[in-house]
Amino acid sequence: MSVQSVLEANRESGRGTLVGYFPAGYPTVKDSIEAFVALAQNGCDILEVGVPYSDPVMDGLVIQKATEKALENGFKLGQLFEVIRGVREQVDTPMLVMSYYNPVLRYGVEKFADELKQAGAQGMITPDLIPDEASKWLESADKHDLDRVFLVAPSSSDERVSANTQASRGFVYSVSTMGITGERAEVDKLAREVAGRVRSIGGAPTCVGVGVSTGAQVRDVNTYADGAIVGTALIAAYESSGLDGLIEKTRELASGLG
Amino acid sequence: MKLLGAEVVAVKTGSRTLKDAINEALRDWVANVESTHYLLGTVAGPHPFPTMVRDFHSIIGKESKEQMLELTGELPAAVAACVGGGSNAIGIFHAFLDDPGVQLWGFEAAGDGIDTPMHAATLSRGVPGVLHGAMSYMLQDEDGQTSESHSISAGLDYPGVGPEHSWLKDLGRAQYHGVTDSEALEAMKLLSQTEGIIPAIETAHALAGIPHLAKILPAGASVLVNLSGRGDKDMETAGRYFGLLGA
Repeated sequence: MSVQSVLEANRESGRGTLVGYFPAGYPTVKDSIEAFVALAQNGCDILEVGVPYSDPVMDGLVIQKATEKALENGFKLGQLFEVIRGVREQVDTPMLVMSYYNPVLRYGVEKFADELKQAGAQGMITPDLIPDEASKWLESADKHDLDRVFLVAPSSSDERVSANTQASRGFVYSVSTMGITGERAEVDKLAREVAGRVRSIGGAPTCVGVGVSTGAQVRDVNTYADGAIVGTALIAAYESSGLDGLIEKTRELASGLG
Repeated sequence: MKLLGAEVVAVKTGSRTLKDAINEALRDWVANVESTHYLLGTVAGPHPFPTMVRDFHSIIGKESKEQMLELTGELPAAVAACVGGGSNAIGIFHAFLDDPGVQLWGFEAAGDGIDTPMHAATLSRGVPGVLHGAMSYMLQDEDGQTSESHSISAGLDYPGVGPEHSWLKDLGRAQYHGVTDSEALEAMKLLSQTEGIIPAIETAHALAGIPHLAKILPAGASVLVNLSGRGDKDMETAGRYFGLLGA
């Protein structure tokens, strides 16, 4: 299944889409495979597979600590593909890797894309890469038919929103607010504006992330965007109550879908 | 900083070093971008910071070039500066970039030694990567995770370097050389004892590079060294290093 087909089907049926983020290798490779399968089986329509990185500038404390833990437990970049394979053996849910650019660059962009495809992922979200600097990734993503998701933020200029939307495939990641990942009591009104600006460019699909943490917010976001992305709230639930906590939280989030 | 009204926040995330402080500042900034300016102290970070900070520091090179001409009647054979992120170095180099007769030398922190894991010699031992929004040489492992750097001098203890230095290195316009903790401290001691000027430990890395230049430059050649900082702040570190503290 492709990301695009899932988003389209869920839009047509009125269900809406839930994207669940979890770090690969957290707390271990095996545990993270279990966690992704649990997300897929309990309501997540798309899986976002986070790559632990030493300098996660977009992330709040919860994700920082989880990815640090994965690195402390010895996670190596090559194991990302092991995680993807392990999940793909069990579920068909589309998977997008979310990685800061340096690990990909160091691994070799083309080699990374090739292995991503072979392992069964659908593409990659690149939070600290702009299309202007992404020629290698754009080329490799085309070659391997991978989705490429760029981010736009409330502060993005019209030119930036347009360029990032046109360079994206799968969806555009609309950052809901000016800030880093983490739970927010209210998902900013800005989220609606950003998503609207993306969609005004040829009806491009967009999912909204950062701050989304409840079923009610998932419902709300899906009234003006193509999907809601949740990460921190899932990790917090996993931390406090393990896999059962993760399953319960995923179901609560999915209850916001139509 | 507190006397000037600043609130100083200790960084408790990541490896708790300078790079993590930059991460935290960037995180704070994106959340408060409407009301806050981010002042990056070095020529690193995303565009336009490397250019802006370079331009603000370029007065160092302009004034010292003028003063050299007044004092000696000619341009120096070499200009030397310490390099962490590289702001004082680019500040003094910039005025001499178009003077091909002037060698540009950056001295970076070799810590315990450039062949040990304990150093911050980014240009000597790093490979190109992306850190803090710029592509430049950086210290990293085979997975692209940023390595922890080490230097006795806090100001040079950074696993990245300003992208313009990487460019100058690749062009061959500037040369970069590692100076160990002990070489730097000996240079600090020497200048203090001979001139009564106490340089910062960062700055002492540039001074420690002079004997190296003396070997390769003709006799009588003049060298312009950027005395970029004062050592007052380093008394405790130096006192501990030389065993002068306590009983």
